[in-house]
Amino acid sequence: MALTREQLAMRVARELSDGFYVNLGIGIPTLVANYVPDGMEVMLQSENGLLGMGPFPTEDEIDADMINAGKQTVTAAIGASIFSSAESFAMIRGGHVDLTVLGAFEVDVMGNIASYMIPGKLIKGMGGAMDLVAGADNIIVTMTHASKHGESKLLANCTLPLTGAGCIKKVVTDLAYIEIKDGKFWLKERAPGVSVEEIVKLTAGELVVPEHVPEMQF
Amino acid sequence: MAGFDKVVGSYEEAMAGLVDGMTIIAGGFGLCGIPENLINEVKRKGTRDLTIVSNNCGVDGFGLGVLLEDRQVKKMVSSYVGENKLFMEQLLAGELEVELTPQGTLAEKMRAAGAGIPAFYTATGYGTDVGKGKEVKTFNDRNYILEESILGDFAIVKAWKADRFGNLVYRHTAQNFNPMAATAGKITVVEVEELVEPGELDPAHIHTPGIYVDRLIVGTFEKRIEQRTVR
Repeated sequence: MALTREQLAMRVARELSDGFYVNLGIGIPTLVANYVPDGMEVMLQSENGLLGMGPFPTEDEIDADMINAGKQTVTAAIGASIFSSAESFAMIRGGHVDLTVLGAFEVDVMGNIASYMIPGKLIKGMGGAMDLVAGADNIIVTMTHASKHGESKLLANCTLPLTGAGCIKKVVTDLAYIEIKDGKFWLKERAPGVSVEEIVKLTAGELVVPEHVPEMQF
Repeated sequence: MAGFDKVVGSYEEAMAGLVDGMTIIAGGFGLCGIPENLINEVKRKGTRDLTIVSNNCGVDGFGLGVLLEDRQVKKMVSSYVGENKLFMEQLLAGELEVELTPQGTLAEKMRAAGAGIPAFYTATGYGTDVGKGKEVKTFNDRNYILEESILGDFAIVKAWKADRFGNLVYRHTAQNFNPMAATAGKITVVEVEELVEPGELDPAHIHTPGIYVDRLIVGTFEKRIEQRTVR
């Protein structure tokens, strides 16, 4: 079975370490915050200028001056700091954020990522995504393995405008955990109950399949 | 106005000198920390062919979105747009130009302009459409593109508190682009919720020193929430 959004977030959460500063993108990445392992502390960075993002507010706590990068009302966690956009992107571009998780439309074997624009359809802009993929060493892309029409999103070459070139090394999809190295995809884990054949069929770029592909653990 | 007192008496006075074709740098992220009343004054003045440098372009009927209603904007320089129908309509009709700029690069373009730095190298956007046509330089085996800073004819800024000398303090995440915008205007106009006397703000807790501020006015704010989300 393909992973649910929640299971995908659970798998990504296993990549967290105690003391990590983490930037989570909009969508599935946001859910990762719900699965931080017990006893582990991570601090969430929101690129509009908040390090130490807390939960959504209660009705009484709502404050128009307190939002996250998705423009949702939020609270600050204990030990948070608030700063300008320049400071925020200094920490992102300067490589100080330990882990970045973001969604994508396409990823290719060269580690290119397309996530912000579909010409003629979606032209809203890249927001902070280009800075995040350029600045982080440790990036995890989360997405469905294929489109609703069964078209692979793991390609030999991205077809959409790029968000970043040669910057992606890890992809967690609803079917598999894949690493990118030496111009190839490397199959590392498969979703429980998903066959290697199914993953191969839905991966358009060159995929290296080891003899044994373990099932994902959550 | 006397000495370092930056306070002006009206919004008309605050935006005096703004003419067609100028570039305005605006603080704010989404609808958070936007100079609501200064934007409304630009609408009232009817100034046209404006280039607006701001992370977003407001929503239909609020924030920078109101400047689209009478087609006052020629070009937007933003990282994320299209929360408003009118924006997309004008963009698709070719009536509005947009220069999509990565958020961190946008912040740095303002910061650099205010700091007297005409351009800077960044890895952000290298190998993408953003990097097309821009100078590339390699440092330590990594490629960077040259991005030029942006100075505004006007900068419009929203802060929480100010003293009469224009020393500013922002509130929570309403800070966002405002401190950089404040440095990047030939004329920087700031509106605040609360005005205090010089000496009342702790000098060590000033976010924007008054040297960057030319005009200051106290306003009342709607502070509309874009995504009301509760636990």
